[in-house]
Amino acid sequence: MGGDSLNIFIKAAFIDNMILAYFLGMCSYLAVSKTVKTAVGLGLAVIFVLGITMPINWAINTYLLADNAIVNGVSLTFLRLILFIAVIASMVQLVEMVIEKVSPALYNALGIFLPLITVNCAILGGSLFMVSREYAFGESVAFGLGSGLGWFLAIVAIASIREKLRTADVPPALRGLGIAFILTGLMGIAFMSLAGLNPGDYN
Amino acid sequence: MADTIVEPAKKGGLFGKEEKRLILDPLHSDNPITIQVLGICSALAVTSQVYKSLVMAIALIFVCAFSSLIISLLRKSIPGSIRMIVQLLVIAGLVQIVEIVLGAFAYSAYEQLSVFIGLIITNCIVMGRLEAFAMGDKHTPWQAFLDGIGNGLGYGWVLVGMAVVREIFGKGTLLGFSVMPESYVLNNLMVLPASSLFVIGVFIWIQRALDPTLVDKS
Repeated sequence: MGGDSLNIFIKAAFIDNMILAYFLGMCSYLAVSKTVKTAVGLGLAVIFVLGITMPINWAINTYLLADNAIVNGVSLTFLRLILFIAVIASMVQLVEMVIEKVSPALYNALGIFLPLITVNCAILGGSLFMVSREYAFGESVAFGLGSGLGWFLAIVAIASIREKLRTADVPPALRGLGIAFILTGLMGIAFMSLAGLNPGDYN
Repeated sequence: MADTIVEPAKKGGLFGKEEKRLILDPLHSDNPITIQVLGICSALAVTSQVYKSLVMAIALIFVCAFSSLIISLLRKSIPGSIRMIVQLLVIAGLVQIVEIVLGAFAYSAYEQLSVFIGLIITNCIVMGRLEAFAMGDKHTPWQAFLDGIGNGLGYGWVLVGMAVVREIFGKGTLLGFSVMPESYVLNNLMVLPASSLFVIGVFIWIQRALDPTLVDKS
């Protein structure tokens, strides 16, 4: 059990990295990765939200929505998406209030992207992966923290590269977004080598 | 529904200049993926096959158009403080419909797309258009509906375009039919998820090289 959770944690952080293998949470990843400082702040917020929402959504899915959970013979799984997103939205609200209190500077730097963690696909995606992979409670906590860490690493790495890139000579049409995409692709391949390059796994 | 049809009629019919712009702009100069960089998350993961991206594009056009229409009709009665939650609920409801319909009529697509259908909820294009367009008082529900369709199409054609490149070079097929000659050696790089980032990077490069007004200023 303990070994399983550790495996899932490491796999989620490095091999099945949310950004570099599944492209989840790309929007804020591209928009907030211009400086390392804001990237670190957003990364930490994502780790926190993922770590909290995953167990809550696991409990909702297992004790409220599963077949025969409340009323015998009734399955409430059609409410899954709506309940998951409601949990996530309220957790993000919580994080927002905490950051505003603890570090107003970071709060201002993150701006609109803090509330937008709600629509960060990595968070909802994590919960949906957890359901489709049928994780147990401990595993879902490990998966949440692992994916959060992976997201954090990826955004900090690209922010550092983009800070350096400001002095590089990139073709005008490729500047900004274009080069950021290509960089992310290269990082994805680098991360993939952790698992061994096997295209068959990705079909 | 009545005012949705009557209002635009004053401004030159159902398909006046304004309406045409709403559909055509998102296809190129205001493309949600390559210019506004919205909705990348799901875009990249489903482009390994043309079939998957077609289903995804149709699902997104449906959700985007009808959520814009519904929110635009409701906009005067939604309190500002809870508008995000109302928007999410409308979107989540529509996505749930898509998921149930796909599960019933196109089970193979439903299986292959797995969580990515659910992730339409968090697709920034849908939310972004609701915030930026459908909630605005200047726009009629009919215009909001067209704006939803336009942005869905803008998303869809980039998605399908990327999928065509990746499927032809990666698998030598198009919609599952072999199109490349026997001697063609499959390019395994194109099957890897990372290649979609290269493809979209090159798309952005080509688009901006052809139209220098779109280049990033910073």
